[in-house]
Amino acid sequence: MAEIIQAEKGGKGGKKRAKKLLPHMDMTPMVDLMMLLITFFMLTTSLSKSKVMEMILPPKLKDPTAEPPKIIASRTLNILLGPDNKIYWYAGGVSAEEYNNLPPVTPTDYSPEGIRALLLERNRALFRKIDDFKQQVLEGKIKIPQDSVQSAVSKLKTDDDTGPIVLIKAYKKANYGNFVDILDEMNICGVARYTIMDIAWYEDLMIEKAAGITSPTASTN
Amino acid sequence: MPKIKLPTKSPRIDMTPMVDTFAVILIFLLLTSQMRSPEPANVDMPFSISETPIPDFNSMTFLVSNDGKVYFNIDNGPDTTLKFRRKILEEVGKAYNIEFNEKELTLFEKYPSPIGLPVQNLKEFLEAGSSERKNMETGIPIDSADNQLAMWILYARQVNPNVRATIKADSDTEFPVVQKVLGILQEKNVNRFNLVTSLEAVKINLDEIQK
Repeated sequence: MAEIIQAEKGGKGGKKRAKKLLPHMDMTPMVDLMMLLITFFMLTTSLSKSKVMEMILPPKLKDPTAEPPKIIASRTLNILLGPDNKIYWYAGGVSAEEYNNLPPVTPTDYSPEGIRALLLERNRALFRKIDDFKQQVLEGKIKIPQDSVQSAVSKLKTDDDTGPIVLIKAYKKANYGNFVDILDEMNICGVARYTIMDIAWYEDLMIEKAAGITSPTASTN
Repeated sequence: MPKIKLPTKSPRIDMTPMVDTFAVILIFLLLTSQMRSPEPANVDMPFSISETPIPDFNSMTFLVSNDGKVYFNIDNGPDTTLKFRRKILEEVGKAYNIEFNEKELTLFEKYPSPIGLPVQNLKEFLEAGSSERKNMETGIPIDSADNQLAMWILYARQVNPNVRATIKADSDTEFPVVQKVLGILQEKNVNRFNLVTSLEAVKINLDEIQK
């Protein structure tokens, strides 16, 4: 909005009128100052708060003789976090005695077509249940306070007995980003049961074989 | 031909609305943002779909940089009214036979960033200028011979039993380092962790699963 102040020319024979002049303040320095302050605040503050993802690990067994809880081998899905942002997975259980005859691992990656497709396929029943439930809440078919939706979903998860039991094991070359990604996939796909385990030496071998790593320091403990 | 004399004055722009806008933006920024406390290491956080905001108090933060150094912080920066930081430092000092004087305690209380150095060097560190501090941070020792991180956790939990563990690590950090920190925490009976992530929206539609 440009305000053009025209220089008035006194017309001939016109009455001489006292010009009404509003005192005009120059705002430019103020604008400069504001700009400076805004830039300063933009740079020194973080606008969005970081988010946190909660993770609960099972307590460590203090008693070395205590047996870890037994799980059904047929429902387990072992996810090995490999080097170079790769995942290797196999289903079922392997025991240390089988080290000569290890089952093959399937390589995949962290993309939606990779691990997510696999998990969704295995976890379809539960995922649909959760999705239906959320849909019904959205459409108003189920009347439930907003803050108890989360607990209702976790109830669905606890009751689930068809989905996979995912065991996550990280190879020593995996990075933290991989770890968070895989936990995130568990949340996205609504996997009810998963845990983080230390990798076994034969699983190290399985990864090394699949990835073509020939490490002289293949740990045997 | 009579010449039309144009006024030589340049058009004047009224800056008032602009000032108004800026003032609004400024106030908005002031109210919605919080100061970013400087961090000793640049950390590139991984992404997740989690939307829980990071807790403001009752938290101890473990910062793991991508070169495997571990930093520790309580209540994220300047102390809360309950003065936990001071007490924790006193206790840790006692455990290592180091007496921190009043000035050092106050300095530690006000220190905004995570610290990452052996407690033996902490006295010097607090006295040093900010440029020297950078070189002194070598990470908190976490190996079993001198597990100072375990000490910090122990006393942080003793002084404030409600403290929750928050782990902030670079996505390129090698996992064994993080696993070690998790292991130390578990030894001290901490089994709930908050992993700091950046938000990334993911939506799956049902048709995708059905095919």
